[in-house]
Amino acid sequence: MSLITILNAGLATGTILLFAAIGEIFAERAGVLNLGVEGMMLLGAMAGFSTSLATGNVWLGLLAAIAAGGLLSLAHGVVTIHLQADQVVSGLSLTFLGTGLALVFGEGLTGKNPPLVPKFDIPLLGDIPFIGPVFFEGHSLLVYVGYFFAPLAWFYIFRTRPGMHLRAVGEKPEAADTMGINVYRLRYFYVFVGGCLAGLAGATISLSVSPGWYSAQTTSGQGWIAIGLVIFAQWNPLQAALGGYLFGALRRGILDLQGPPMLFGFRNPLFINSNYGFFLQMVPYLLTIVALMIGSRAAARKRLGAPAALGVPYIRGERGL
Amino acid sequence: MQQKRLWLILLLVLALLVACGGGGGTSTTDTTAPVVNCGAEGGSEQVGKYQIPAPIEGCYNVAFVYVGPHDDGGWTQAHDVGRLYVQQNVPGVHTAYVENVAEGADSEQVIRSLARKGFDVIFTTSFGFMDASETVAEEFPDVDIIHISGFKSNGANFGNLFGAMENMKYLAGMLAGSRAKMDGNPKLGYIATFPIPEELRLGNAFALGAQKTCPECTIDVRWIFTWHDPVVEKEAAASLFSAGAQVVMTGADTPAPAEAAPPGKWGITYDYVGNCTIDACLTSMYWNWGPIYADIVERSRNGTYVGGSEYFDADSGALGLYGFMEGETLQPGVTELLEADLQMVRDILAQMLAGKFTRFDVFKGPIYDNRGNLVLADGVSLKQEDLDGFAQFGAPCETCMYWWNQNITAELPELK
Repeated sequence: MSLITILNAGLATGTILLFAAIGEIFAERAGVLNLGVEGMMLLGAMAGFSTSLATGNVWLGLLAAIAAGGLLSLAHGVVTIHLQADQVVSGLSLTFLGTGLALVFGEGLTGKNPPLVPKFDIPLLGDIPFIGPVFFEGHSLLVYVGYFFAPLAWFYIFRTRPGMHLRAVGEKPEAADTMGINVYRLRYFYVFVGGCLAGLAGATISLSVSPGWYSAQTTSGQGWIAIGLVIFAQWNPLQAALGGYLFGALRRGILDLQGPPMLFGFRNPLFINSNYGFFLQMVPYLLTIVALMIGSRAAARKRLGAPAALGVPYIRGERGL
Repeated sequence: MQQKRLWLILLLVLALLVACGGGGGTSTTDTTAPVVNCGAEGGSEQVGKYQIPAPIEGCYNVAFVYVGPHDDGGWTQAHDVGRLYVQQNVPGVHTAYVENVAEGADSEQVIRSLARKGFDVIFTTSFGFMDASETVAEEFPDVDIIHISGFKSNGANFGNLFGAMENMKYLAGMLAGSRAKMDGNPKLGYIATFPIPEELRLGNAFALGAQKTCPECTIDVRWIFTWHDPVVEKEAAASLFSAGAQVVMTGADTPAPAEAAPPGKWGITYDYVGNCTIDACLTSMYWNWGPIYADIVERSRNGTYVGGSEYFDADSGALGLYGFMEGETLQPGVTELLEADLQMVRDILAQMLAGKFTRFDVFKGPIYDNRGNLVLADGVSLKQEDLDGFAQFGAPCETCMYWWNQNITAELPELK
C-alpha cells in the first residue's frame, strides 16, 4: 500500500465525478437544477462505447457521448425552461428516460472491446518525486484534460463576462433580462453544456476508467454522487474537482487499507475486519447529506453560495411568451 | 403560439414512438402458422415497476426472475444464455424473463404475478429471492419454483439449485499458480464479494489449486461487498496488482482483473463465458446453465420434479473453464505455460467431466489453515454441509468453511 497509488487512482476515478459535477454546476449556476445526471451519464457511456466500437475511433466515441448527453439534456431544457415545469420532477424522469434509452440501444454491447482512450506518462513532469507518479504517470488523456478543465471552468464562471451573465441568469433572471441578456437562451445553453459534460463523464467510465458496457450497472450511482458533490463544492468547479479526487482516492484507499497487517506500528483495523471499511465508504454520502441539510436552509444556502434562482422557472412577466 | 407548436411536436414524437414500439412487439408473432409458435414473444403487462410477461397458451411456460440486467456481462447474462438454450432446445416451451428485480418484497410481487399469469416453472436466480420463492410456492402448488444458490425447499414444488464452481476455481488456481511461478512473482490476488461461505469456499478452492502448481505462492484478498460495480471491482483489482499480485481472480461479475492488469500481469474472470475476451485474461470460470435448466423443465413437464436441494458437479456439463472446453481455444497467456502444468489441468478437468474428481476431491486433506491448524487430516474430505456452512450462522456443519487455506495472507473476515 502506498499513498502514491491511492492518490493516482483517486485522480483517475475522480475524473468521472469532476466532469459530471462541473457540468451540473454550469446548469445550476444558470438556475436550472438537473437531477437527470445519472441518466445522461449512462446514455453517454453507451453512446461513447458503441460509437467507438462501430467506428474503431475512440475520439468519435467521445464526441458521440458528449452529443448524446447534450441532446438528452435538451429534453429537460424544453420541459423546465420552455414549459416551466417542475425541475425536480423533470430531472428525475430524465434519469428514467436516459437509462431506458441507454439500455435499449446498449443491447448486445457487453463483452465487446472497442478502442479506449489512450493512457500515457508525461515526460519530465513524471520525474518529479511524489508529484510525478501521482499526477503524471499512467493516466488516461481524460485525466489530464480534467486538470485543465476545472480551473478553466472556474475562470470562465468567475472571471469572464459570459460567466458573469451565466451567474446573473441564475441569481436574478429578471435583472439579467432587463440588462438585455436572453435568459431562456442562456439557460438552454448551460443545461446543454451540463448534459454534454455528463455524457463525457459516462464515457470516462465506459472508455477509460472501467472499460466495458454493463447495462444499468455501468454508472452504478455515480451521477447521484456528482449532484451531491455540487452542493458540497459550493457550486465552485475547483472545489468540485478536489471533492471528486477525494472521493476517488477514498474509494481506492479503503481497498488498499485491507492489505497490510500493520499500519504505523499498530495492528491495522481494516486488515483484521474489513467491515470497518463501511465507515470510510459512508464518508462521501455523509458529507452529501450534511451538505444537503445545510443547503436546504435558505440562509445557509445563501452563505454556501447557491444561485438564488436555482430551481425557479423564469417567466417573463409582462410580455408573455 | 410557440408553446402550442412545441406541444404538437412533442405529441407527434410520442405518437411515432408508440407506433414504432407497437410494431416491434408484434412483428415476431407468426399468426399464420397452424401450430403455436412458442418461440414468439408473448405479451406483457406493467405491474408496479415491472413489466410482467404473459405466458403463451398451448406452450409449457417458463419464467426467469433476474436480479440484474439480462446483459450484465456476468451472473445474470449467464442465466439468460441458459434461458435461450431452453428456448431453442426444448420443443414446445416458451420462456420469458423479468430483469432488475429488487430482492425482498418486490421480488415476491413479481414471482406471484408470474405464477398467477400461468407460468408453469419459475427460476429465481438470486440468493435474496429465497423467502419470496418459498412463499409463492406455498400459494401456487401447481407451479414449480426453482431457486438458485439458496438452501430452502419444500419437498414438492419448491427446490434449490446450485453447482460446484469450486471445481473450476481449483483449476483456475492451478493456472494462476503456474503463470505466477513462470513470471517469477509468486503472488496472487482474490477479489472477494461478501463474507459468506460461498466466497470462502471458492477462494480456498483457488488457493488449493494454486498450491498444487506453485507451492511458494501466496494470495492476498480484497473484500468489495458488492457482486457488481465496475468501478469498485476495477479499483480492487488495481489495488491487488499494486500490492504485488501477478494474477488476480475475481468472485464478482465484470472482467475487471483482466482490464486492470498492467502489462505483463494477468486476470481471471468469472460467471459468463463471453467475458474473457482480452489477452490479459487467462481464463474464465463460467456457468453453463442451459442443460441443467432444460433437464429441470423436462422433469417439471413430466411431473417428476420434486423440490429438493440439487447441487451439481462438473460432470453435469454446467461448469466451464474458458479455453479448455470443447470448441474453445486457450488464451495466449495460457498457451505459454509449462506443458506439465497444462497437462495436469487437462487431466483433472477430464476426470471432473467424467465425474471421477468432484468437490470432495478438491477439499481433501491434508489441508492446513493460515493460522497453522490442521483443517482436514490426510485423506479426509469435507462434507456437503461443511462446504456451505458457518457454525456462527447455525449451520449443521462440523468442520465448516470458516478458515483460509495456508497460502492466503489475509485475515478471516469478521462475521456479524
